Order: sequence, then structure tokens, then C-alpha cells
Amino acid sequence: MTIDHKYQVPTIAVHTDIFERVTKSVARVNGMPKMRQVYVPQPVMGKSAAELRAYVDGNDPITGRPVMQEIFEGLTGSLDPEGAAGVSFDRSTPRLVEPDTEEHLHQLFLERNWTDKLPIILPTEARVEAMLRHTSHRPDEVVGHMRPTGFREYWEYTVEKVAVNAVMAGCRPEYFPVVLTLASMGASARGSTTSSAAAMAVVNGPIRKELNMNSGIGAMGPYNLANATIGRAWGLLSQNLQGGSEPGLTYLGSQGNNYAYTSITFAENEERSPWEPFHVQHGFQPSDSAVSAFTGCRSTAFTLGLRERYWRRHVQNLLRGMDPHNAPVFVLDPITARQFVDRGGFDAKEKLIDWVYENATMPAGEYWDYQLIQNYVYPRATFGEEPYASKLKARDDALIPMFNREQIHVVVVGGETNGYWRIMGAGYQKTASVDDWR
Amino acid sequence: MGTITVLNPMGYPPKVNAKPMAPRLETLNGKTVYLVDCRFDDSDLLLKQMQGWFEENMPGVRTRFIQIRNVYTRDDPETWEEVKENGDAAIIGVGH
Repeated sequence: MTIDHKYQVPTIAVHTDIFERVTKSVARVNGMPKMRQVYVPQPVMGKSAAELRAYVDGNDPITGRPVMQEIFEGLTGSLDPEGAAGVSFDRSTPRLVEPDTEEHLHQLFLERNWTDKLPIILPTEARVEAMLRHTSHRPDEVVGHMRPTGFREYWEYTVEKVAVNAVMAGCRPEYFPVVLTLASMGASARGSTTSSAAAMAVVNGPIRKELNMNSGIGAMGPYNLANATIGRAWGLLSQNLQGGSEPGLTYLGSQGNNYAYTSITFAENEERSPWEPFHVQHGFQPSDSAVSAFTGCRSTAFTLGLRERYWRRHVQNLLRGMDPHNAPVFVLDPITARQFVDRGGFDAKEKLIDWVYENATMPAGEYWDYQLIQNYVYPRATFGEEPYASKLKARDDALIPMFNREQIHVVVVGGETNGYWRIMGAGYQKTASVDDWR
Repeated sequence: MGTITVLNPMGYPPKVNAKPMAPRLETLNGKTVYLVDCRFDDSDLLLKQMQGWFEENMPGVRTRFIQIRNVYTRDDPETWEEVKENGDAAIIGVGH
């Protein structure tokens, strides 16, 4: 789109057919509805040269016309007025929905993909006002901007819009500052990536007790109203305030992700952790209330405790099971956190992180052959970006770090019924003050 | 059953601004067409097959295969400048 419009080079884009709706939609909302696009069958990845040549020699599965004929016609000939000039238009979102019965409104919200397909609380004016009373910020204040993917346009949202979604999720009004904080970060819990990512939120500081959040037994499960509804609100506000999360259009996760229902939201067990709280690691005081956002949650590995003889190898085995593009977040029951102190001498989270960085290694040849590393890391390495450029110089059999140190994190949660622990593959985004949104 | 009024949960989309497309060519014969690989999931292999098709079927078209200079999620003005400077048209892929 950029090269055709900004650089005025006649261009045609090639896509696989599964992405027809999203590519046409992106062209339309970027003011270029007649953008030239041609489609080949899905997938391209893993196909032989002969199979790919058959795609080229064959027909566009959307139009049924020869692919190369469409390419020729896309680059030559004349443009119609819409193509030559592009198309401008305004879009608006009304503040209210047309009045109706509760039954019909529930059906309407379902049909418009405004829910996560579980029952919601209808956002009446009274309920939204009750939510708004728990922040000092004005209802019309702009909170942030969000989009489901880098190819789509940012949508804007206000305090009131966040409150509407918090009501729908079932939040009590006193939870609202935490929900606003998550919204303010602009990190979508409904990213449209084909990899089916979910999000994770870790709450620290006094707000945990104020809201009766759970950091103990079952904290990551469906056993606490604040944990469940704050995380659900992050998901609902993401899908609605970014302009949707509709499969095939604004959501492309091939398999989907059950974590997305409540965005893995919990309080860190600061009282039983041997280490400083997560938000203190990121510049806050223990007396501050803060929430930390992670995205890209897909993979989970687990085991029980740390055995005296082979614990290092066991942890390395778990790490080797992760995709190297998705850095590990150690989510430790307090029992295991203390075992890491006892077994490894890690009396600070940073020491454990150092150990993970140094011991999560794999042969360079295997590392560079991962598809996600090829897609997202190899191009950066070839143009000299460190530390990737140095990794690229390693022999195929040389052991290189799987992750960047700053991408590795540790949080403590759990009720000490046993020393089970897990590693989440997740990308840390930011820690933000809840107090700023009270 | 009575009716109630509720608020719309959707955010505010930006205005859509028209983007004029580049005028198309009269012919590809004698022109240079860049095949721009966005470096995603083996897209280079498909574009090279397309390059082979041009060589066999439209030998009057010059093709140049290049890869973007970074990951596809980042803008790449250097590549676009190169295509504008040295080419007449572009095929970009593969979005998948």
C-alpha cells in the first residue's frame, strides 16, 4: 500500500486465500479500496518448488482466473475513479444502542461480536455511572489507542468506553482503576496474530488486598471475582475498543486460545515470595499499586519442584521445549521459589534470570531454523542488529542463548498446596500505576 | 416486557483518508518488475517461482528479486526508494 500510494510505483500484493477478508478490509479502511491484490492457495510454508510453481501457473482461488493474468492486469491498464483517487469517509460510533428489551439486547451484542460469547452484564447508564464514580478521571478523557495488529488502524477510546466494557465483564465498580490501567497501556489482549496469543496481567501492591484479589490457592483459575472479571474486561475492552476481534477479519488465530477468556489475571503472592515484588523490579515502591501486562501467551510448560540431582537439567529441558521466539516467564509457587533459592542460591530474581539466560541454549543451526526466528529475528540479524548479528556468526553446532536476558521474567503465585510451577511463553509489555487511575 | 437503554461498547475509529494509487503501466514489456519478498513463511520460494514464470513466458520483462531489509512489521523506506529509483512496478508477497 505504501509503495503504491506514497512512492507511486504500480504494485500488486500476493496473499494466500484464507486472508481475503482481512486484506480487502485493510485496503478499504486505508482509503485504497481498489488496491490490487491476488491470491494463491494456503499454505505457502513447507510447499515444494513444484507445488509453488503450480500455484503460479494455476488460478486465483478467489476469482478462478489465472494468477499471472491477474498480476499482469494489476500492473497495467487504467484505473477507475476510485482507484485513481482513493476513497475518504467518516465513521462514527454512537454513544447509545437503540433501546430494546434485555433479551433482544443480549442477542444484539452477541450478533455484533461485542462479547466473548459468554453472558455479559448489559451496560446500562446507571451501571456505567457507578463504574465511573471509582475514578477521578472525566468520562470523556481519552485513555488510549489500540489496534489488533500492526497492519490495522488505531482506534481511540475514552474513560466511559472502558467503563462500558468493565460493566459487561462483570467487574465491581471498585475494580475500575485496574481495568483503566490495563486499557491505558494500549496493549491488546485480542491481538489478531495467527499464532493465537492471549494476554496475562500481574497485579502488585495494596490494591490486591483492597479488591480481595487472589494470589494463593487457585489464583490463576476461576475462583476469584476480581481476578476473573478484571482479566475478562481487558479482553472485552480490547476487542471492542480496537475495532473488533472477528475470526477471519480482525482475528486470525488459527487455533484460538482458551487463556483469552480471562487473560490469565492474578495477584502476585508478595507475602510468601522470597524476592522483591514484580512491580518493584520495574521501578515502583512496594506501597504503590501497579499492574503489569504481558502479551503473546501461548506456550506453557510445567513440572513439580526441583529435584536435588538433576534440577538444572530438568529446567533446561523445559526451556528447550519453548519456542525461542517466545521468552519464558517463570510462574512459581512460593514453595518452588524458595527451592530456587535453596538449590541454586538465587537470593534475587535477577540471579535466577541470569541463570536461565546462560542455561537456555541450543545449537545455532537449530535456533536459526525455527520458523518464527526466520520470520522475525533472522532479518534483523542480517542487517547487523545485536545481539542477533553475533548469534548469526556462530557455527551451526555452537550453543547460543535462546532468549535475550531482558525478556526473561519471574513472578510468584500460588497457595503452596504443592510445589508445582510453570513457564509461560509470554512477552512483557509494561508495568503501569493503578494509583494514577484512581 | 419493557425496554432499556444501554451504551455502545465500541471505540472510535479514525477517519479514512483517500490514498490515490499509482497510474498503471501501458505494458510490462521492457520494464523492470521488482519481486519484493516480505520474508514471511517461505514467501521467497513462491516469488522465485514467479520470477521463473516471467523468464519463460514474458522474457521481455526484466525481474529483480529483493528482500525487505527487516521484518515485515516495520516500514522499509530504503527498499521502496530502491524500487522507485530502479523499477517500474512491484509484486509484493506473500501475505499469509
